Amino acid sequence: MQNHFPLWKNIVIILAFIISIIYSLPNLYGDDPSVQVSHAINKLTQSQANDIESMIKSTGVTVKTFEFKDGKTVARLTNTDDQMKVADLLHDKMGNDYTVALNLAPNTPAWLQNIGAQAMYLGLDLRGGVHFLLEVDMDAAVKQAEERYNDDLRLALREAKIHYQAVTKDNGFIKITLKSADDKTQLMALLSKEFRGLTVTEPESDEQIWLKVSETEVREIKKNAVAQNMTTLRNRVNELGVAEPVIQQQGENRIMVQLPGVQDTSRAKEILGTTATLEYHMADTEHDVQQAVSGHAPVGSKLYYEKNGSPILLDKRIIITGDQIVDSSSSSDDDGRPSVSISLNGIGAAKMGKLTQISIGKPMAVVFIEYKNETRIVNGQKVRHKEKVEKVISVATIQGVFSKRFQTTGLDSPQEARNLSLLLRAGALAAPVDIVEERTVGPSLGQDNINKGMMSFFVGFALVVLFMAVYYKLFGLIANMALAFNVVIVVAILSMLQATLTLPGIAGIILTVGMSVDANVLIFERIKEELNNGNTPQSSIFAGYEKAFGTIFDSHFTNLVVAVVLFAFGTGSVKGFAVTLIIGILSSMFTAITGTRMVINWIYGDKRVEKLSI
Amino acid sequence: MKTTNINFIGNRNIALIFSGVLSLISIISLATQGLHMGIDFTGGTLIEIGYQQPADLNALRQKLDVEGFESATVQNFGTAKDVLIRLKLQEGVSSADLSTQVLETINKDVAEPASLRRVEFVGPQVGDDLAQDGFLALLYSSLAILVYIAWRFEWKFSLGAIIATFHDVIVTLGLFSLLGLEFDLTVLAAVLALIGYSLNDTIVVYDRIREGFREFRDKSTEEIMNISVNVTLSRTIMTSLTVLLVLVSLFFLGGETIHNFALVLLFGVFFGTYSSIFIASPAALMLGVSPADLMIPVKDNSDIAHLP
Repeated sequence: MQNHFPLWKNIVIILAFIISIIYSLPNLYGDDPSVQVSHAINKLTQSQANDIESMIKSTGVTVKTFEFKDGKTVARLTNTDDQMKVADLLHDKMGNDYTVALNLAPNTPAWLQNIGAQAMYLGLDLRGGVHFLLEVDMDAAVKQAEERYNDDLRLALREAKIHYQAVTKDNGFIKITLKSADDKTQLMALLSKEFRGLTVTEPESDEQIWLKVSETEVREIKKNAVAQNMTTLRNRVNELGVAEPVIQQQGENRIMVQLPGVQDTSRAKEILGTTATLEYHMADTEHDVQQAVSGHAPVGSKLYYEKNGSPILLDKRIIITGDQIVDSSSSSDDDGRPSVSISLNGIGAAKMGKLTQISIGKPMAVVFIEYKNETRIVNGQKVRHKEKVEKVISVATIQGVFSKRFQTTGLDSPQEARNLSLLLRAGALAAPVDIVEERTVGPSLGQDNINKGMMSFFVGFALVVLFMAVYYKLFGLIANMALAFNVVIVVAILSMLQATLTLPGIAGIILTVGMSVDANVLIFERIKEELNNGNTPQSSIFAGYEKAFGTIFDSHFTNLVVAVVLFAFGTGSVKGFAVTLIIGILSSMFTAITGTRMVINWIYGDKRVEKLSI
Repeated sequence: MKTTNINFIGNRNIALIFSGVLSLISIISLATQGLHMGIDFTGGTLIEIGYQQPADLNALRQKLDVEGFESATVQNFGTAKDVLIRLKLQEGVSSADLSTQVLETINKDVAEPASLRRVEFVGPQVGDDLAQDGFLALLYSSLAILVYIAWRFEWKFSLGAIIATFHDVIVTLGLFSLLGLEFDLTVLAAVLALIGYSLNDTIVVYDRIREGFREFRDKSTEEIMNISVNVTLSRTIMTSLTVLLVLVSLFFLGGETIHNFALVLLFGVFFGTYSSIFIASPAALMLGVSPADLMIPVKDNSDIAHLP
């Protein structure tokens, strides 16, 4: 029988339709502005949750619901003003260790959530927020490693009682000059035991050994530099209070950070972009500072300036560095001055312990080092410029022997203490990072984009629907059903995949609306042609679908190829466009060919038909 | 629409001359004026701010001048209340912090501070990468399509389709160049979408020509082409119209950020439709397409044509 679908085909199509409707439903419920509170490490307790609830209620804002789940509290509010008010209050009251994040809590009913149905994931251009692309400075990472090896070598040589004349860095090499060539065997043994990451070359001079960070080690360092940066960024972002941050590696040395809802970009940049570390140095009290100021710094010391501008000489040797710091928190010291408490790891603690034993009563300085990265244009050339800003932030006399835990004072304000401890707690960065791309969208523009996108979608859709109905009559109406079905499928698949919907993505859906009727136009024109050739309505329908298929397949396939290439090479919002285009093309082939056929078979199939309404 | 019988192929010289002139103008404009590249490719900073009242652009310019942002261009964006500020990568000024500084400058000593709508900063390296990726996307999609059509049809068709598509792309880019419109990532995406669309249109016609080669053994290539273009004409126009409808809606209602995207496609769909009627078939004809070329692929195709 012509124009009759087997039962299974009908069932598959209807099932696809029902599933698509269910999974696109969450998009209709919208979301509430909400404030989420969690603890950096522990889960919140019920009594803490109760405190938070009463704090929020004390502000007098309307709280829709207050949930306490998985050690986090979520308060749903009615508008963004209330949201800001509550967030500010909680920021002040909850202190450093809690993360207060602004969020949009979806209103999806429980039964939909239970089957995993979620609303589409909106891109930053629709929900507002910040996108950063950070580049990790790999050269600096390798240099830092050389530096570390240099110091560790001296220490190891001393401990092993191998007498050396000098350990110097030269052009990527670390050169060790021994006092006596007899120690060379001992040195080689030490190197092969404790310094496997170094490649050894032996120059002609018997007393010398040249070392280079090995290729494998360099690769490892680079890999770790990115990995460590990502971890650090994750911690920092958590401290910023972002509900759904995205942190992803992109390429070999770039990291993408997306912070939905973040408005204060300068603070975000400050926290993400600077590399701050601390170095502890002993103050050099034996030499004259004034002489150093006039340009004659003694060997082994370096001139620094304190925050108030007064010069100070510090021993060049580093006691510990930021990467040996495992934790820090801001508090007040006994006199109520802002301070930062610091905990060290084993190596750092050992070094600190050893030093403080012999240095009680002597001044020790903390140098705060920031690497600010800038790209400047010098003589028309783009030059990446790294500025190392060193500040002595405190000079304190060592009061007793300490190793693992101690405090640093001398900070200007509680705010500064908080900032410093935040940066330190997140761990010192393995290598400096540089913001190479930023895209910020304010919340008003995000909402604007959604509104405009929806508006142009509905108008475009209505125009096409009207046009098809007028031109193709009943067949046009059937094509319109397929068109609506197609949009539902695209939305359902986007929701299921949790692919990011961007403004160009919405444009992609709109474009799909315009293009997906193409398959139907091809079929309908073919049916008309068959009718004109004097064929019966039934066989015209049959032939129309059969003959148009090859054309539809070829033309849609090339379109798909372009969309896939676009997906592969596009970034950000362009990728969003490609995604909707790909899904739209595929689903339109299904709806326009199979979907319309089913309905047309129902109407015209298996009966005598004199005339088609086409 | 009744099936027409217009002698498209016979009068191909008119279309070819018209297209030749258009392409030439476009190429000259692209060569002399070039494209006005957006910061996505050049690197730089772009800041969009909004006011409650129409903004005083001159006051803004002056303020920025005084604070040392001489290179900033200030213009309205969409409405009189929205302002777009562009800054080039500057000598001696840190670029990542630039947006913050500019916003601080603008909001200094004013009663009603501007609200930040959008900031885009693209570093020079990223700009180069994006441009390179964009170029590769163009190259690879062209290659992939060339291979696919060559496989499904024949290399002369493949080349003909690419010629027709390139014609559309060049003319669209030419218009962009002539009008001095900004070329950014979204516009590039639109150009790629245009390639997909233009090919789609061309392939529908080619498909019909292939069918004609099978069906009318006694007719000349030129005749078959003419019949094919004519029978697909109403479809070509219908589909273009529906796409144009949604694009017009996108152009007028989609907002300023999507404006140029819609514009590229509007131009492109127009020329894509034109080229699939007037250029694609003559190009294949002039490359020497004949029914003999498709004898074997025809068999190949039959198993796909009968899939449900």
